Formats: sequence, structure tokens, C-alpha cells
Amino acid sequence: MTGYAFAVALCVALVVFLLVLLRTRKLREKYVVAWIALAVGVCALSLFPDVLGTLAGWAGVQTPSNLLFAAALLVLLLVCIQLSAEITELEEETRTLAEEVALLRLDVERGLGQARPSATQGTPATTQLDEAPDQQQP
Amino acid sequence: MSTPVPPRLLVVVPAWNEEAVLPHVLDELTAHLPDTDVLVVNDGSTDGTADVVRAHPGAMLLDLPLNLGVGGAMRAGFRFAQRHGYDRVVQLDADGQHNPADVARVVALLDEGADVAIGARFAGEGDYQVRGPRRWAMGLLSAVLSRTAATRLTDTTSGFRGANARAIALFARDYPAEYLGDTVESLVIACRAGLRIRQTPVTMRVRAGGTPSHSPGKAAIFLGRAVLALVVALSRPMAPPPAVALAEGASR
Repeated sequence: MTGYAFAVALCVALVVFLLVLLRTRKLREKYVVAWIALAVGVCALSLFPDVLGTLAGWAGVQTPSNLLFAAALLVLLLVCIQLSAEITELEEETRTLAEEVALLRLDVERGLGQARPSATQGTPATTQLDEAPDQQQP
Repeated sequence: MSTPVPPRLLVVVPAWNEEAVLPHVLDELTAHLPDTDVLVVNDGSTDGTADVVRAHPGAMLLDLPLNLGVGGAMRAGFRFAQRHGYDRVVQLDADGQHNPADVARVVALLDEGADVAIGARFAGEGDYQVRGPRRWAMGLLSAVLSRTAATRLTDTTSGFRGANARAIALFARDYPAEYLGDTVESLVIACRAGLRIRQTPVTMRVRAGGTPSHSPGKAAIFLGRAVLALVVALSRPMAPPPAVALAEGASR
């Protein structure tokens, strides 16, 4: 029975940890839900271990713990796929932003280039104006 | 904002670490097409590509902060073309293997009513040769895409392309950055959006830097990726074509 108590304690600790991450905005809600659901599920199995045996009977798995391992693998696989999908989305967003930055930069440079004929003539004058008050100050 | 009567042409040159050859390509471009705007898209180069373009009087520089691949560079180019009201875009490689004199051929194809024009290597001109599995892969791509486009296409991986306003509107929104996305999948996207694709023979020159790989292993990988790219491109769900493109196409 102590083994089950240990498992329950571990799962409760995990849920608390996830909630802390969520509260401090270190983890977004859409990623936390799957983990919390999993932790709660494991808690339930720890409290009522006979359920696992029944489930294994239905699924045709002879050793109940193997059903648990298979389920754990499946969950981890799904989480990995979800993360890959999120990375793909992030890369697409990064790409769009990179293109936008380049387009804006070109617009800015062309704008500055068009303003340059007056600016280049005016630059020495303005620097002189800028320097003049500095010289007067001391 | 009065629009000039002749169609405005923009030559887009995606460039990644091409500081050695690019000045020569740009000189040739401005010599052959003195009145055409040239936009070099620097695809996150680590060498002096950007400086080379800035130093050149006849070219604009679109400086991407990251390396996005040819597809990313070209979508940025198409977005620039769309925002600044260009009617035609011709894509030309920065490594000097495309002859700027052939731009006129590609543009002529657009004049004849093609939405997407391809400058093709294996269409009789030049002596460009490919052998082994790589040739089979290219043959497969050509066969499938010719069927999809309902026209004979011999060189689907060519980076020498022309696009009219309809194609620009489509590609500005949807131009894949994936492997083979800028060549094969973009053609499939154009076909599925109902655009007309045509090809014209062009000569390819020897690449100034690097040689195309001919190892069988790499060619086999190329074949596998080509098949995957085709399957994904032909089966993926498509957004409806941009409304602007449809309106422009209908008014012409």
C-alpha cells in the first residue's frame, strides 16, 4: 500500500508544480491541460489499482503494468507530435516576421535614400548647428 | 499613384553567400535590362553579399535577417512586388547559371498569356546533362507535373521563372519554404489555383561556384524527397485563390 501512497504523492506534487508554472506564466494553459489530465489519471489509478487490472482484461493485456507502460508511451508520443506541430507553426511565424522585417527595412532605406539629396547637403550645416551651442556653453 | 501603361517588371534574385559571382550577374542584368528594377533578396548570407548589392547602383536589396531558403526569399520578393504594384516577376539565380538575356524569353511567354513561365533546361537548348537516379527523379517530377498542368514540362526544378499579377498575388500568400517547395510544390499550387503554366527553352551556363552532386546515394534521397513533396503538394488542402487575383484576371 505504501507504493500506491508514494505514487499518489508524486502525482499530487506534479499537479502542484504544473499549477505553479502556470500561475507564473512559464507554461501556457494549452500545454498544461494534457499533463494535468495525465497526472490526475495516474492519481486515480494509484488510488484504485484494481481499475488497471479490469482495463487490462478488457484490452486483452495479460500483465496490467504493461498496459500502463504502453499507455505512457502513447501519451509521450502524442506530446512529442504536438510539440513538433507547435515548432512548425513557430517557424512559419518566424519566417513571416523575417520577411516583414526585411520589407520594412527596404522601405526605410528607400525613404532615407529619397530624403538624402537634401539631407547630405543639410548634414554639415546641422552638425555645425549642433556643435555651436556646445562651444558656447563653457 | 498613376500606374504606367507598360507592365512593370521586377527581377528577383534570391542570393545566399554569392558575393563572388553576384556583382557580375548584376552587371549583366543592368546591361541587358537597363529599365528593369532588380531586387536581390539576401537570404541571411554570412559573407559580404549584402555589401556587394548595396555597392551596386542598379539593384535594390531585401535583406532577410535569417536564412529562410529559396522559398522564403522568393515569397518575400513576391510580397515586395505585390506591395509596390509590379505586374511581372522574373526569378533568376544568383550563381550565374541563368543568362539574363533569356529574361526576355520568359517575359514573352507571360505576354502570350501564361500565368507562370518556366525557363527550362532540357527543352532542346544548351547541353545540360543529368544521369542516373537523379534523372529518373526529374523524369518522374516532369511526368506528374506535366499531367497536373496539362502541358509538357521538362524542367520542373528550374529556378528560372516568371510570374504575372495573378501568380504574384497567389505566391505572395503561399510559397512554401520546404525542400523542393519553391520549385515543385509552387507549381502544384499554381496548377490547383487554376493558373496557366508554360515553359520556354533556355540555355544554362556552367555554375561558377560548386558542382551539382551526382552520387547515387544523394540521388536516391532526392528521389524519395521528390516523391514525398509531390504527394504532400497534390493532397494537401488548399485555400481558395486570392480574391484580388481573381478580380484582376477577370478584368483582363
